[in-house]
Amino acid sequence: MVGSMDVPAKGGFSFDLCRRNDMLEKKGLKVPGFRKTGTTIVGLVFADGVVLGADTRATEGPIVADKNCEKIHYMAPNIYCCGAGTAADTEAVTDMVSSQLQLHRYATSRESRVVTALTLLKTHLFSYQGHVSAALVLGGVDCTGPHLHTVYPHGSVDTLPFATMGSGSLAAMSVFESKYKEGLTRDEGIELVCGAIRAGIFNDLGSGSNVDVCVITKGKTEYLRNHELPNPRTYASSKGFSFVQGHTEVLSTKITPLKPKPEVTVGDAMEE
Amino acid sequence: MDACGTQAAAAAAGGEGTQRTLYPYVTGNSVIAMKYKDGVIMACDTGASYGSTLRYKSVERIKAVGKHSLIGGSGEFSDFQEILRYLDELTLSDHMWDDGNSLGPKEIHAYLTRVMYNRRNKFDPLWNSLVLGGVKKGPKGDEKYLGMVNMIGTHFEDNHLATGFGNHMAIPILRAEWREDMTFEEAIKLIEKCLLVLLYRDRSSINKFQIAKITTEGSTIYPPYALKTNWGFSAFENPSKGAVGTW
Repeated sequence: MVGSMDVPAKGGFSFDLCRRNDMLEKKGLKVPGFRKTGTTIVGLVFADGVVLGADTRATEGPIVADKNCEKIHYMAPNIYCCGAGTAADTEAVTDMVSSQLQLHRYATSRESRVVTALTLLKTHLFSYQGHVSAALVLGGVDCTGPHLHTVYPHGSVDTLPFATMGSGSLAAMSVFESKYKEGLTRDEGIELVCGAIRAGIFNDLGSGSNVDVCVITKGKTEYLRNHELPNPRTYASSKGFSFVQGHTEVLSTKITPLKPKPEVTVGDAMEE
Repeated sequence: MDACGTQAAAAAAGGEGTQRTLYPYVTGNSVIAMKYKDGVIMACDTGASYGSTLRYKSVERIKAVGKHSLIGGSGEFSDFQEILRYLDELTLSDHMWDDGNSLGPKEIHAYLTRVMYNRRNKFDPLWNSLVLGGVKKGPKGDEKYLGMVNMIGTHFEDNHLATGFGNHMAIPILRAEWREDMTFEEAIKLIEKCLLVLLYRDRSSINKFQIAKITTEGSTIYPPYALKTNWGFSAFENPSKGAVGTW
């Protein structure tokens, strides 16, 4: 705690305070929790590329913090990443790797590859030993073809034809496992992804609101924000409410004219 | 499993000879059930695990109760066998009344709910999630019934139910695809869909299933059979094709 911390850390997780934290926890300190997104995110590979999907609910414990947040993050023009877990962690990590990919593109003059993003993400997450709570579904199409990967908070990765993550992953996976087949068309892929996200929205409390979809094919990416809105506000009248004069009885009327605003003449610019 | 530890813990908890179920040992997997046109269909796998070992592979976890019901149980298997004994006594004494009436699924469900809730209140639960389904002639004709009780006494009725992992993986499918008045073949297809998903994604599931149905004609428990699984996705064959040497 004193003296041994003169050299700044070179990167990766610093274990200096772990013993002190353990001691504090044993003495009864309650460790503060993290804000999680409570999510359903999915991805699948179809004939010409990948389709990514996500719900749009962000939760703070039992409260819905954001009804329409964006969980599909931009990594490169041909690579997108869905994020589950702690919202700050997924945002920061995808932003960081997206910047690194851009710099790499400038240096190499080539389109980014999905495995590059994958390696950057997994080495970062592994070096933080699971403390960066980001569970990601990374998908994209590059010169070697379409790729879909999952990245876990501790840094392990999987390469899969279809993947789900987040609290609604079991509901979404049940849809995928029963209906996925190889060589789906674009529309079939989108329909299956929407079905899986809807299963998460309606069967998992941590997921809800709308369905975002992102379709990536060779040379073309379509980000379909709010592709489906299965939870419309049904109690508000679509015609609006009209309050005609005469519906409410007027008891008395008093009109007070406001003082006229003084004219502001254009003066000299402020001295810096 | 730590049997000595349990006894020591029980003795330390207070009073010698106190027996309480603290954790389950031999556990059965999920049970899925749903109503269809002629009655109720129920399915489960025939495995029972001892912790993380797959110990028993030919266990019948769905049994007929009386003339009108089927019971399926997941959780501690010895507690399920005990419940079957209680139900035997119940149906026997009901039969001995010889009054032309027999206990229907609703009555048996109510009985099980009382048993489970009272055991939970004594801190000695029967560590099970039970599914009770049946058909009985009522004032409005043949009434199909499907209900569930779990180890703390929570009970409810529905058109389709699942226990254990089935809650997370089978219920979303059933909610999306169950319809009123499905034929037997359609119901089997839907249940097999759910069983297949559980086989793929539940680590304690085995590929040996039993289906049982109950109608006004009586109950039928079919012999066990296996489902066809598909592991042949081309993406599984060489995942590191895009980047040789990766993991």
